[in-house]
Amino acid sequence: MSQPMYEARVPIHPRSVSGRFRNLKSGILVLAYGVFFLLPWLRWERETGPSQAVLFDIPARQFYLFDLVVYPQDIFWLAGLLMIAALLLFFVTGIAGRVFCGYFCFQTLWTDVYMFLERRIQGERPARIRLSNQPWNTEKLLKLGATHASWLLVAFATGLGFVLYWADAPTMVRDFFTGQAAGAAYITAGLLTLTTYTFAGLAREQVCTYMCPYARFQSVMFDRDTLIVSYDQARGEGAAGRGKPVRDLKTREARQQAGVGDCIDCGYCVQVCPTGIDIRNGLQIECIHCALCIDACDTIMDKQGWPRGLIRYTSESALEGKKTRFLKLKTVGYGLAILIVGGLLVASVLSRPALDANVSQVRQPLFVQMGDGSTQNSYEIALNNKTQHSLDLEIRVAGLEGAVLDLGRVEDIILEPSQRTTVLARVRYTASPGSPSRLPLEFEIVDREGSMEPLRIGSQLSLRP
Amino acid sequence: MSTNENPSKKPGQVETTGHVWDSNLQEYNNPLPRWWLWGFYATVVFALVYWVLYPAWPVGGSFTKGVNTITFMQDGEEVTTHWNTRSLFAREMQSGKQAVRQREMLEQVGAMEYETLLADVEAMSFVNAYAKGAFGTWCAACHQTGGGGVIGQYPNLRDDHWLWGGTTERIEETLVLGRNGYMPAYRESLDGQQLEQVASYVLSLNGFAMNDTDVAAGGEIFNGYLGGCYQCHGADAAGLDSQGAPNLSNNIWGLVDVPGAANDEERVARVARFVHQGVQRQMPAFADRLSPTEIRVLTAYVHSLGGGQ
Repeated sequence: MSQPMYEARVPIHPRSVSGRFRNLKSGILVLAYGVFFLLPWLRWERETGPSQAVLFDIPARQFYLFDLVVYPQDIFWLAGLLMIAALLLFFVTGIAGRVFCGYFCFQTLWTDVYMFLERRIQGERPARIRLSNQPWNTEKLLKLGATHASWLLVAFATGLGFVLYWADAPTMVRDFFTGQAAGAAYITAGLLTLTTYTFAGLAREQVCTYMCPYARFQSVMFDRDTLIVSYDQARGEGAAGRGKPVRDLKTREARQQAGVGDCIDCGYCVQVCPTGIDIRNGLQIECIHCALCIDACDTIMDKQGWPRGLIRYTSESALEGKKTRFLKLKTVGYGLAILIVGGLLVASVLSRPALDANVSQVRQPLFVQMGDGSTQNSYEIALNNKTQHSLDLEIRVAGLEGAVLDLGRVEDIILEPSQRTTVLARVRYTASPGSPSRLPLEFEIVDREGSMEPLRIGSQLSLRP
Repeated sequence: MSTNENPSKKPGQVETTGHVWDSNLQEYNNPLPRWWLWGFYATVVFALVYWVLYPAWPVGGSFTKGVNTITFMQDGEEVTTHWNTRSLFAREMQSGKQAVRQREMLEQVGAMEYETLLADVEAMSFVNAYAKGAFGTWCAACHQTGGGGVIGQYPNLRDDHWLWGGTTERIEETLVLGRNGYMPAYRESLDGQQLEQVASYVLSLNGFAMNDTDVAAGGEIFNGYLGGCYQCHGADAAGLDSQGAPNLSNNIWGLVDVPGAANDEERVARVARFVHQGVQRQMPAFADRLSPTEIRVLTAYVHSLGGGQ
C-alpha cells in the first residue's frame, strides 16, 4: 500500500457543557441567526425602489442598505469596509487572541448548531460514541438519518436565507418553491446548502485546522501579552504532576502536601473541546479559543469547592507572574488605523453628492472655429441621479466671462431617481488676442427646486491645439 | 548489474509489482494518489458529457454535432443548428436583452419628430451613444471620428458652416440622396493676376487687410461677367446652400488651408491656386444602405454635433 495522503480524521464527539462562556456563545449565536435569517424580511419605506430594508439588487446595480443606496461607483467603500474588518481582526487578535474564531466565525456558529442537533437526536457524548461504534442496525440508521436530514434542512435554510438578500424576499420564496426563480438563485442556494452541510456537518474542525488562512495568520499575531485560553500549569500540576482525587488526595490541602496540583485529570476539558485537543498541552494551532474548556473546568472546580480559573483567559506574561500590557505599539497602531479608516469611510458616505456628474471634453476635434469668429468646444456631461426623488436640473457655465453654453434644443433635464443620462453641451467663446491656448471653466449644475447644493465641475476650454 | 540485495531504504514501505528479473530486479509499485485518480475519472465523465452535448469528433469530412442546439433567425427563417459560437452571436444579437433594448429605443427614436427628438435629453443621450457607432461605420472614413473633417477634402460637421444647409430636413436629404459639389476651374478664363485679385477680394471679405486696388479689381471679377462667382456664392458671398456653394465671408475654410498659411502672400497664392483648379466632391447617397430609422438617428446626431440650424 502507498502512504496515505493525509491523516484520516479521528471523529470528535464533544460533550456539552454549561457555563458563562457557553451562555455568551449561545447569545451571540441567537443574535447572529436572528440577523441573518430575519433581516431580508425587514420592510423599509422608501420614496422609490424596493420596500426591503437590505437588498442587493444586482441587475439594477443598486445596493439598498436602509436609507443608503449604494451604486457601483461607490465600490471603494467596500475597500474601506474590508480594511476595517481586517484591522479589527488584527486588533482584537493582538489583545484577546482568536476571539473571532471562538465566538463569531460562521464555521463556529454553524458547527455549534449542527452539534446541538446531533446531541438532540443521538444523545450525549457516550451515547454518540456507542452509536458510532455499533454495527449498522435500525437504530443507527434512523438516528444518523435523522441527524443528516436535520443538517441538510439547516443547510438549505442557510442557502435560501442568503439568496433572499439578492431579491425581494417574499417574492423570492414564492418563486423559489414554484420553480420560477432565476437559475442563479437555485445554483447559489444549492451551492451554499452543499458547502454548509460539508463544512459544518462533515469537515468541522478540519476547516479551521487545514483550510482556514485566518487561523494561521492569527496565530502569528499573538505575543506574550495576548489573552489566550490557557491552562495554569503551575497550579494544575504542582511538583508531582496532576492526580485523580483518590483516597489521600481528596482535599486541596492534602494534595498540596503531596505536591499534587489542582488538576484532578477528569478529562472534561478534553471531552468538550470541539477541535479535540487537550488544552493542558499548552497553546496549539487547533485551538479556536471557544473557551468551553474554561466552562468545563470551572464546573469541576466549583464541585470541588476550589477556586475557579485553573483554565482561564490569561497571557503568557501573566502566567510567568508579570503584568499583561495591553497598551502596545501594535494594538495602539491598529486601533488608530481603525479609527482613521472608519472616520474616512463615514465621512465619505455622509458627504456623498446627490448627483454624480462627470464632464468629458470632446477631443475629436478639440475645438472648431464658428462663423461668428468664436471658438466652440463640445462636452459630454454624464449625470446620475443618486437621490430617491426626481431632479429638475439646469446646467450653467461659470468661471469664464463671455463663455456661452449651448445645449441645442434641450430645455428640461429631468432625471428620475437613479436615472442616468448624457447631456451634449457646447461652449462658445470669443477669444481676445493673446489668450492662452487653454482656459479653465466650470459647469454648474443646479436643481431648479433647490433640493441639492449646486454642483460645480471643473473642465477646460481649448482655443488652439 | 546491480548487486544491491535490498533496493528499498525502508523495507516494506513501498510495494513492488511482484515481478522479479535476474533473481533480484524488481519494480516499485507507486499507485497514483486516490484523489488524483478520482480527479482523472471526473475529467473522463466530463469529456463524455461534453461529447454528447457539443461538436466533438471528426467523422470523415464532417463531425459529430452534439445534441445541444441553437435556434435563431436567418434571412427571415427560423434556423436550428448545432451549438457554435457564430450562431450564438447571431442569436444574442437578435434576442439578447441588450440587443432587444437597443431595438426598442431605436424604434422609439425613429418614431419621433425631429422637434421632439432634439429636445428630449434621454432620446438624445441614446442618439449620441448609438450614432457614434453608426457614424464610425459609415461616415468617419471621410468626416473623421468626431466629425471634424479634413481641410481641403472633407467637410467639418462640427461647426455652423453648412454647404447644403444645416436644418434637420436638409441634413436628412443630404444623407438620403447624397450630394455632388462642383466648383469650376478658372484656369481657362482667368489669368494669374486676375486669380490673385479674386483671391485678395475673397480674403478681404474675411477680415484680412489686402491691397485696395487688388480687392477692387477682384470684386469686379467676382461680381461681374468675367468671374461670375456671385452666381453661386451670392453677391454678398454668403453662399447658397441649394447649390452647395459655401459662404466665403465667415473666415471658415473648408477647402483652402488659409489658417495654415504663414503670410498674406501665401494666403493669396493658396486661394488663387484653388480657384485655378476648381474642385469636384461627392457625398454618397445612403438611402439604400441605411434604414430610415438609422438615417433619422444619424441626422439628429450630425445636427447635435455643434452647428445644427
